[in-house]
Amino acid sequence: MLSLIVFLPLLAALIVAVLPKDSWVRPTAFVLAALQFLFSLALLAQYDPSTPALQLTEYRPWIEELGISYFLGIDGISLWLVLLTTFLLPVVIGGSWTAIDKRSKLFHASLFVLQTAMLGSFVAMDLVLFYVFFELSLVPMYFIVGIWGGARRIYATMKFFIYTMLGSLLMLLAIIYLMFTAQEVLPSHQMTANILELYKLDIPFIAGQFLNPQTLLFFAFSAAFAIKVPMFPVHTWLPDAHVEAPTPGSVVLAGVMLKMGSYGFLRFVIPLFPEAAEHYAWVFLFLGVVGILYGALVAMVQPDIKKLVAYSSVSHMGYVMMGLFALNTYGVTGSIYQMLNHGVSTGALFLLVGMIYERTHSREIDKYGGLAKVMPIYTILFFIVTLSSIAVPMTNGFIGEFLILLGSFQASKFFGIWAVVGVVLGAVYMLWMFKRVFFGEAGELVKDEHHPLRDLGKREIAVMAPLIVLIFWMGLLPNHFLKYSKVSIEHLVETKDAYQLAALDAEGRTVVFETPAKPILKPLDSVTTRVAGVEAK
Amino acid sequence: MNEKILFAVLLLAPVVGFLFNGFRWKSKNYMIAGSVATGAAGISFLSALLLVSKLFGEGAPKSVSAGFFDWILVGGLQVGASFVIDHISALMVLVVTGVGTLIHLFSVGYMSHDERPSKYFAYLNLFLFNMLLLILGDNLLLMFVGWEGVGLSSYLLIGFWFSDKEKAAAGMKAFVTNRIGDAGFLLGIFTLFFLLGTVNFSEIIAKVAGMSVETGWTGPLTLAGLFLFVGAAGKSAQIPLYVWLPDAMAGPTPVSALIHAATMVTAGVYMIVRLSPMFVLAPNALLIVAIVGAATAVMAATIGLAQFDIKKVLAYSTVSQLGFMFLACGVGAFGAAMFHLITHAFFKALMFLGSGSVIHAMHEEQDIRKMGGLKKYLPITHATFFVGWIAIIGIPPFAGFFSKDEILWFAFSSPLGGFPLWFAGVVGAACTAFYMTRLMALTFWAKPRFDEKHTHPHEAGPSMAIPLIILAVLSAVGGFMGIPHVIGEILPGHPGNWLEHWLEGSIAKPEGFGHGSKVMEWALMGISVSVASLSALTAYNFYVVDPERPAKFVASLPKLHNLIYNKYFVDEIYFAKIINPIVGGSRALWAFVDVNFIDRGTFIVGDFVKGIGSTARTLQNGNLQQYAMYIAIAVAAIFLYLLEAPKRLLEIFGG
Repeated sequence: MLSLIVFLPLLAALIVAVLPKDSWVRPTAFVLAALQFLFSLALLAQYDPSTPALQLTEYRPWIEELGISYFLGIDGISLWLVLLTTFLLPVVIGGSWTAIDKRSKLFHASLFVLQTAMLGSFVAMDLVLFYVFFELSLVPMYFIVGIWGGARRIYATMKFFIYTMLGSLLMLLAIIYLMFTAQEVLPSHQMTANILELYKLDIPFIAGQFLNPQTLLFFAFSAAFAIKVPMFPVHTWLPDAHVEAPTPGSVVLAGVMLKMGSYGFLRFVIPLFPEAAEHYAWVFLFLGVVGILYGALVAMVQPDIKKLVAYSSVSHMGYVMMGLFALNTYGVTGSIYQMLNHGVSTGALFLLVGMIYERTHSREIDKYGGLAKVMPIYTILFFIVTLSSIAVPMTNGFIGEFLILLGSFQASKFFGIWAVVGVVLGAVYMLWMFKRVFFGEAGELVKDEHHPLRDLGKREIAVMAPLIVLIFWMGLLPNHFLKYSKVSIEHLVETKDAYQLAALDAEGRTVVFETPAKPILKPLDSVTTRVAGVEAK
Repeated sequence: MNEKILFAVLLLAPVVGFLFNGFRWKSKNYMIAGSVATGAAGISFLSALLLVSKLFGEGAPKSVSAGFFDWILVGGLQVGASFVIDHISALMVLVVTGVGTLIHLFSVGYMSHDERPSKYFAYLNLFLFNMLLLILGDNLLLMFVGWEGVGLSSYLLIGFWFSDKEKAAAGMKAFVTNRIGDAGFLLGIFTLFFLLGTVNFSEIIAKVAGMSVETGWTGPLTLAGLFLFVGAAGKSAQIPLYVWLPDAMAGPTPVSALIHAATMVTAGVYMIVRLSPMFVLAPNALLIVAIVGAATAVMAATIGLAQFDIKKVLAYSTVSQLGFMFLACGVGAFGAAMFHLITHAFFKALMFLGSGSVIHAMHEEQDIRKMGGLKKYLPITHATFFVGWIAIIGIPPFAGFFSKDEILWFAFSSPLGGFPLWFAGVVGAACTAFYMTRLMALTFWAKPRFDEKHTHPHEAGPSMAIPLIILAVLSAVGGFMGIPHVIGEILPGHPGNWLEHWLEGSIAKPEGFGHGSKVMEWALMGISVSVASLSALTAYNFYVVDPERPAKFVASLPKLHNLIYNKYFVDEIYFAKIINPIVGGSRALWAFVDVNFIDRGTFIVGDFVKGIGSTARTLQNGNLQQYAMYIAIAVAAIFLYLLEAPKRLLEIFGG
């Protein structure tokens, strides 16, 4: 099941690539993506929300000598991210119907490859496999921005690539270290990258001292994910990437790719390095709150709508980070919800910005004004998404933001209070932009009465409709969503110091990982052991 | 009828109206739009009446409630969509749906010439729905949903004529200022939740019952109280967050009557009254509430003295009257606050609608310098406005007299009150009497100052007259629900204080509240009535008898007049000291931190790596001897590391 979900897009990419006519590409891609989404909904039926165990797991040894396996599984933490990913793709394809006018075959094939990479990262339960998917996602994104992007696309892609690679390299080192450590101390004396086995490691941690294995590993992993999120102060690749990316690139980037970072914290950083996570939580609460305020303030003064939305992402992801490192049920639940919200509302914002850009070829706020009179439907949709973005109750944004603030306040009153200030700034930058673009007298781009701007067409409304429905659905009935994640979140928060996950296969049987009779590689000699001082729990 | 069904009808009728008008937003048929919206409000009012009637009679329950679905269930936070009508929310729900229906009706006439009546009525119903959530929610979180929801509706309605930049800006100002308050509200919710483990009103009240009075400033209840008051100050336009309300007058006038006078802006008072059992345990928080309330009452009233826009005068009057309500809360007279909230809803809605009728008749003219003598053109408006005027300045037996006097009496006699608070209240009352009389004089009396040949003001149809008349009757008799004991005693039949009795047990009282000598009560009543009358007479003298005098008087105090006329320059100060520095600072942040610091830093790292690369290239120069040396150094380093380095490093970096 999971393998199918992950690799069907790859098949779709192939199909799209061999289509004989270019005009068939878009409809085919849309239908395939939609089918893929419908198929992925079967996960909801198969998933058992009453257990925190990994479910629907698939395990095949891959590189046995190194303990690397093809190991997929899903739980309450990744379930909705998978569905968010499959949900957004048809929306994105529908939304870029007219925006992408060259090499649409390659474009859609790239989107599908990207889809596989993102889905793979969310369900891979082997660190090396995860790393492969995590890195693979860079390649199609590189093409999407680099080929279909704006004027400064090369600069933006380089920056994006280098930033992310830097973080990933640190993570790779840490992964290798972990695999060796596993060989040292696990009873099997077998190298492994299986995350469930690695959870069993008790990596030494010394409070108040920086150079100890757990702290170093913690920061190595954190660096990779923090760049991806992106967290202040390593966020500067994001505005550039967004501004240069074509609309579908921005939607996927903001909607899903950023969540690969925050997801990484939940799946790997916190459960693998719980003491360090707790000890250095304040660092992330601090950077999170700085990100919230900084992102909001800088968003406020952006002259370009898309850049404003990009900086608002920095602010919103700041909330996500705060929630994660509140390390309590409210914060973590809020974080996961906010990841989905951000996917829906920021995705919607980028689509809307794309729609107006297609009409005027400008994103400069000062050139607009009075749009509400000319494009009323567009205005209403934009307003609803704005409400979601500034977390007005009864929209999805409120649930996530409220829970995060509640959790942060519980973790630290000081940071909690500052985060609440962000709620005010959020309203300021969005509404100020809204006022300048939609209200007042008709601006330069709006006032041409002979060629009035077209309001949204049927296709554009249809693309936005599911997002609007989700905004209210998630705001009014959050339990429809949260009930699937509840047990997993509580399990993580309550047992993070000795986190263990069971694995169930598709039939619900517990999976036991076989260990070979004798280790294939010899354990390293005692030097590493002495330095690391690692012991199995 | 089944309570749950009644609750559903009460809440959903405005939603249906909103959706109906919302989906036909292009329609210009104001009759259909208006009838549906007014009908929806009326249905809500009827359901509210039926529900409230269940609280009357022998053995009636203290409250009726209904739960619909679970909303947020995370950890200890268990919040459902559940609603309750108890003795406090009963009063509020009747005022809101009752006055609300009248204002919907008035709007049908008022908006008949507008381009987008359907949209207007959709927003009005949306507001009503959110207001009902705010009032009826059985927990703080649901109240917060309504709280932000009414702010949103208010934003939409203030900026209803959004093509005008000023009006759009006023909407945004209202939303953002309210958001500052909302942030405080959120912190209040958090504090209470982590202290008591619940956000449900009845559970909060049950849990604080066992707690003792906090004396310091940092106790959890005091902090919660102060945070919540920030929220109240935002929504109810108190210092320092009142600046949005005068600007909110940019919206259509019935909106000003409904949202910015009668209902939404009183939400802050309502919230504090709801949580009175918690607030009485935090006397220091109440002290702040009282001081801010009294200061706002006086400050806004003085600004009202010098305004020329008919709606601005009423707006500052509203801010000032809300100050009186907070003053009442602050001295622990929660019943008096509720009382004034109700009577104020009657007479202020009346006067706003009256001003709407005037503006409608004068073709959107709002400057009272260009009015005068409207009495003969607009007899109904004048007569009803007249009732509102006597009511607000506190002449017995009109509604405002009873409620304002109760506040002044408790400001003096409550253990949390005292002479300074009472005195501030009397000054506020004196100013109120002056500016309201001035408004009456400049608008309806004196000589016409507009061109009577070209402008022929006349009354609009019955849809605008009926609400005015009903509200006038309520403003005249509304005070009888709370006749003070000293007066009740001497009246035939000895009527008791119905409102006090009704709220008994629902609101808390501070220790030692409600004592004081009857002679004193009579004396203070006499003082306040005479001060108000004198003040009103002076104004009459200024603006009717001797119209030259105001100009001369103002000329003798140029600086003071300048200060008041310009509203103490508060907006200007906010812009210069807060808003502009934040915007400028953000531009600087973007330019320096993002572009210059972080990005340049990244490039420096990049250059550094490149540098290492080129240095490393020179190492590989093919010289064997050099290679041998590198190897030797490397081996030595490895040995050193294996033997000593870990220990040394631990020593250096360790704890």
